[in-house]
Amino acid sequence: MNNKSGVETAGNVSTSLPPKSWITLKINGAERHLEIAPWTILLDALRNLLDLTGTKKGCDHGQCGACTVLIDGKPINSCLTLAIMHDGAEVTTIEGIAKGDALHPVQQAFIEHDAFQCGYCTPGQICSAVGLLNAGKLRTPDDIRELMSGNICRCGAYPNIVAAIEQAMQSEGSAAQ
Amino acid sequence: MTTNYMGKATSRVDGRAKVTGAAKYAAEYNVPNLAYGYIVTSAIARGRITKIDASEALAVEGVLQVFTHENRHKIAEDDQSYEDEAASPGSPFRPLYDNQIKFSGQPVALVVAEEFEIARYAASLVHIEYKVESHETDLSKVRANGYEPKIKRMEGFEPVKPRGNAEKAFQRAVHQHDAEYDLPIEHHNPMELFASTAVWEGNGKITIYDKNQGAQNCQRYIANIFGFPMDDVRVISPFVGGAFGSGLRPQYQIFLAALAARELKCSVRVSLTRQQMFGLGYRPNTLQRVAIGAAKDGALEAFMHDALANTSRYEDYQEMVVNWAGSLYQCDNMKFSYNIAQLDLCTPMDMRAPGGAPGMYAIECAMDELAYKVGCDPLELRLKNYSEKDQNEGKPFSSKELRACYRQAAEKFGWANRKPQPGSMRDGSELIGWGMATGIWEAMQQPASARAVLTSDGKLEVSSATADIGTGTYTIMTQIAAETLGLPLQDVTFKLGDSTLPQSPIEGGSWTAATNGSAVKKVCDAVGAKLFAMAQKMEASPFANLKFEDVAFSEGQMRLKNDSDRGVAIGEIMRHGGATTLAEEATSSPDEAKQEPYARYTHSAIFVEVKVDEELRTIRVTRIVIAVAGGRILNPKTARSQVLGAAVGAIGMALEEESVVDQNLGRIMTHNLADYHVPVNADVYDIDVIFVEEHDTIVNPLGVKGLGEIGIVGTAAAIANAVFHATGKRVRDMPITVDKLF
Ligand code: FES
Ligand code: FES
Repeated sequence: MNNKSGVETAGNVSTSLPPKSWITLKINGAERHLEIAPWTILLDALRNLLDLTGTKKGCDHGQCGACTVLIDGKPINSCLTLAIMHDGAEVTTIEGIAKGDALHPVQQAFIEHDAFQCGYCTPGQICSAVGLLNAGKLRTPDDIRELMSGNICRCGAYPNIVAAIEQAMQSEGSAAQ
Repeated sequence: MTTNYMGKATSRVDGRAKVTGAAKYAAEYNVPNLAYGYIVTSAIARGRITKIDASEALAVEGVLQVFTHENRHKIAEDDQSYEDEAASPGSPFRPLYDNQIKFSGQPVALVVAEEFEIARYAASLVHIEYKVESHETDLSKVRANGYEPKIKRMEGFEPVKPRGNAEKAFQRAVHQHDAEYDLPIEHHNPMELFASTAVWEGNGKITIYDKNQGAQNCQRYIANIFGFPMDDVRVISPFVGGAFGSGLRPQYQIFLAALAARELKCSVRVSLTRQQMFGLGYRPNTLQRVAIGAAKDGALEAFMHDALANTSRYEDYQEMVVNWAGSLYQCDNMKFSYNIAQLDLCTPMDMRAPGGAPGMYAIECAMDELAYKVGCDPLELRLKNYSEKDQNEGKPFSSKELRACYRQAAEKFGWANRKPQPGSMRDGSELIGWGMATGIWEAMQQPASARAVLTSDGKLEVSSATADIGTGTYTIMTQIAAETLGLPLQDVTFKLGDSTLPQSPIEGGSWTAATNGSAVKKVCDAVGAKLFAMAQKMEASPFANLKFEDVAFSEGQMRLKNDSDRGVAIGEIMRHGGATTLAEEATSSPDEAKQEPYARYTHSAIFVEVKVDEELRTIRVTRIVIAVAGGRILNPKTARSQVLGAAVGAIGMALEEESVVDQNLGRIMTHNLADYHVPVNADVYDIDVIFVEEHDTIVNPLGVKGLGEIGIVGTAAAIANAVFHATGKRVRDMPITVDKLF
């Protein structure tokens, strides 16, 4: 029952598993080696294999933003990309946003402005905000509303999220001066 | 430093955990040798399974088992074992019980494998054959089948008896308004997917990390179904990624995870997909008729409210849709009815302000329509018919600062500048609409227990088995405990979400602050009393001849109330008493003798501005001002968030949310977050939350009323009323989408 690629099949169906390969991800500054199957989504690799459960799964379809992480500084939906495609990439997850015990200004502002309730969308919101701020894309509250709209918050913390990011923008601005 | 925390805006005590990713939710416990379950759901709405072929799935490397109704081991058969605190009368759904299909999306198999991806892949290889039976999923087709539920879900859920003669008064009234208001099925869609990680402990015990709004409710459910001794089941849920009512009942993933763990004797995680979440309960499709008769000046003379909502074939789901007008407005002729009709869907579930949100949507839209007929300002109409007592129960209100809500919100909003004529206000190419509505929700309290452990280093741990689904429970309970024993906030820890903690009801109905808060207060007072007894025995005790009422705790000390300079540190008292820890447990129950003579409600007034593009008809909710009379506000910061979030929910309800059923398939088609629209950041502009002063010594010892639901009650109506004011177009079926405005 072997087909050409050496995969076991029952009828037309494959019963053996796709071969795994080793990749290296630089996650939150540390190199992590991972033996991974090609069908493993980056989000599942983070949550299930690397125990970095701060990154959330809200839809698995690129519709909610809960899974947002930074790859080489850019926010992406980690549910829409295969882990194996990121060999050698630098990944920043919510666990790597703070510097040790010192929270990132966005994190601090989220607490101060109560920019979350259940907290489930929060890591994605923070990663998106940090990525957008790094790219200099947020200038006005309307920018925030528009560009943060890929991150759903069912608890409806939006006005507080906008206020928190505005505060972080200001503190970043003053830090840069 | 002061240790008076109640009423102070306080950042969430779990905030740091939530912004750093440290807060762990049900699917995030990566225990050793964890297996993964993937659910297969039914493709048909009604019928039975004639064949399940799992052979291909089982042949896949790494698949451990495929569970179906054919191979599962013994589970309970009686209805009672499946009942839970939020169940409605009937025969609860039993997962993998037999070959019967009761709704599309019903779980029919669980594939368990060594890796998540393997389980997911193998699930696609499970082949199921059905004998299809014809289904009905359209409520409008079965109006004639509506019936009054024979067994009531709970007291107060039935329509109140008619008063006066509403029909006659309606016929005679100068102004008559009679219309139907429809609400589609809506799904809670919390951001966290329902999940359970069942840890097989090896000694016959099972620990389940689960998403729910009541750990003990789930513990009993699992113990009853699988025949575990209660102590062998532990359910833990310290963080819950939103629920809005969807976690009030144990969901089927906890059953599946427990089943697989028990059979395989290993730890198993089962998560639902977003699509599968549309196979859980929902706010039912609700069709309502509101008929109001009024005198020339707008005084109400007749009020009739009839509701028909869908339920499943197996449970009589019920909520209180009607009755609200009888508490809110003065009118001597009132008549209410509430019926349900069965569809081939799963049973609905309480969703944020169940009954209240749908009912008040219809009532407050109808009142708005009446205002136009009478030719008076919608706010005037409300004030004219303001109820000084609850006519339904014939009781005075324990407190009702609704007038203050109207006044303060109207002023903040600038309501006085409204031009009454629809379509008469504009901003460039956008039509401006201003609408308002009233909100009402019950102020409830349940019995609950709490434990407090104080150690001589001044650290206090308090616990109760409730939940924090984003409500701020951790924070307000910590505030109550810290203030009661006069300790710094950071020295107080509150624990919840664990079935081993002291008894608590499910977290819902806006009753948690009142319910668990009263228990926390009581147990901390009990610890205080013990400290007092100890302090009295100290040498030259300043408290020797005093009563407990004469002292207060603040800043780590027990002090004389009338001479706060005289005090002794708590740690010192304990050292003198030779105690390293003081532990107390207390149960707080509603004081019925005190509460019964009064009607107890939270109220709100909502003012909304919308801007509607004149040509495209797109609607923006540019401003919401909502004033809430919710008794004492424990934490203005988290309280505001509660109301704000509910108001955002109301934007969804009014303009976006609809679980669209393909009636041919009997299946919900908008079963993802791209097709089921919920508000995103760009949909939300200014929301102003006002808490009016309200003192209530009746509702519970803390004087709090609860805030989880009130923000969504009436708010959708205020939006609909604003849309009418902008466009002159009255849309009576939610959501108000662009197509309905042409
Ligand atoms: S989980 Fe990736 S966008 Fe929703
Ligand atoms: S905080 Fe709950 S979904 Fe955003």
